[in-house]
Amino acid sequence: MLKISGISKTFNPGTVNEKKAISELSLHLEPGDFATIIGSNGAGKSTLFNAICGDFQTDSGAIQLDGKDITFQPAFARARHIGRLFQDPMRGSAPGMSIEENLALAAGHGGWFSRVSRAEKEHFRQQLALLGMGLEDRMKQPVGLLSGGQRQALTLMMATMVPPKLLLLDEHTAALDPATAEKVLQITRDVVEKHQITTLMVTHNMQNALDLGNRTLMMDSGRIVLDIQGEKRQGMTVADLLEQFKTNAGKTLDNDRILLS
Amino acid sequence: MTLPAMLSLGQTALELGLICSLTVLALFLSYSMLNVCDLSTDGCFTLGAAVGAVVAISGHPFLSIPAAMLAGVCSGFVTALLQTRMGVDSLLAGIIVNTALYSINIAVMGGSSLLNMNRTDTVFTMAKKFFADTPLAGQFELVVVIIAVILVIAFLTLFLGTRLGLAIRATGNNPDMVRSSSINPVFTTTVGLCVANAFTGLSGCLLAQAQKSVDINIGQGIVTIALASLLIGSTFLGRGGILPRAIGVVLGSFIFRLVYTIALRFNMPAFMLKLVSSVIVVLAISGPYLKSHFPMIYRRLTAKKGE
Repeated sequence: MLKISGISKTFNPGTVNEKKAISELSLHLEPGDFATIIGSNGAGKSTLFNAICGDFQTDSGAIQLDGKDITFQPAFARARHIGRLFQDPMRGSAPGMSIEENLALAAGHGGWFSRVSRAEKEHFRQQLALLGMGLEDRMKQPVGLLSGGQRQALTLMMATMVPPKLLLLDEHTAALDPATAEKVLQITRDVVEKHQITTLMVTHNMQNALDLGNRTLMMDSGRIVLDIQGEKRQGMTVADLLEQFKTNAGKTLDNDRILLS
Repeated sequence: MTLPAMLSLGQTALELGLICSLTVLALFLSYSMLNVCDLSTDGCFTLGAAVGAVVAISGHPFLSIPAAMLAGVCSGFVTALLQTRMGVDSLLAGIIVNTALYSINIAVMGGSSLLNMNRTDTVFTMAKKFFADTPLAGQFELVVVIIAVILVIAFLTLFLGTRLGLAIRATGNNPDMVRSSSINPVFTTTVGLCVANAFTGLSGCLLAQAQKSVDINIGQGIVTIALASLLIGSTFLGRGGILPRAIGVVLGSFIFRLVYTIALRFNMPAFMLKLVSSVIVVLAISGPYLKSHFPMIYRRLTAKKGE
């Protein structure tokens, strides 16, 4: 589904601030793969997502999504097939617009001059009810009034309303309190399962990294240093994972937000 | 002051307020929705006035309206092009276009800085003929303007409810989200500015025809006046749906003109208009800011006293 072939990106080349964020990174995801990504601070996890989404052009290499080369597509064009959630719950929705209007934009049915139909509104209401957050009764309220968890759940719903070919989750539960984080994670699990969406998820929770999905990737210095899947992944503990990382990256995992339990 | 005098004052304020409210509605779209402060508004207003006047003088009073709006669209398109495709800062883009329009406007008016329409058929003289023997005979100007305002509000309300309208609102609210909905913010910004400037052009065209003349300074400072009206309007009807907010904007424009007209009656010189509108804009924008800082200032003052 997603095929990244040897992409590199250096920021501020030729200056004292030169930073090789991604170097010769390749990754192949099968349709329906759900891979979690862990790595040190500055390992290039978010940069990888930015590269996939087209926030900047890579220096070399190619990115293919579902057989199509998207290397030179602008960000908004790629977004048609890529859903994305950020750590900051405020980034994914427009605070000054109502829940209904946000959903209408995300649904993206019809032409430029189409309006939200009654049937669509009813559909939104049913989908919102599934989140179990009481949002279905607040559809006319501006999104700015929602809590972080509610906004993140809403963003997740918006990103998957038209199931994307690829879903990128960048520590999307990190800014939420543990109970809400668990709930958003559960919604994530359900929606990915239901639509069989190919997913990449950055997490700082080592246990989640092993429990969720079918693959665990470890990144360091702009490379993928570890790719665990299949039988090897079964029965692996957090301690094993850290040990593996140390062997492959040549240093201990250094992340100030890491959760070991 | 006698009652008829007051009524006549009210009517002047209403007419001027309603004509200028079209520019306020334009800023409602560009400033409140798209979050772009379009400083080309002054020049675009004059452009609409000039184009409308030239077309009317050439004998096409009705054609003058779409011509002025089309001129506004072109102006908005250039402003949008500069800020979305050519890396010019959005404020600077407006200022540049505004400056360029000064030359263009004089060129449109055939090299003169003043055009007279005393003997020209305008939409207002046509309306005067049309309503000659009806009860509305005395109010023909008002009728034309009210129709224009109602049409623009109806259009805005419908337009902002469409997918494109929602996308334009989201562009001003959270451009990241627009991009992730696979909509190009360059496109939405361009459309928004084109539509907004069409209204500005219409506003200028109607003002010129109402006062039967256009001079190169007709649009001078209109952006500040319109912003003042917009901010006054949003203090009355700033929340809720698009329709109440749009009506609030028109109300704000009327209130602004009413206060100004009354001030004129109390011998305030006419040249004070621009100072007054600037002060209103400053108060409306900095008021909430200062209010939010007041507790801190208060605390600092009392803390010093307590020493």
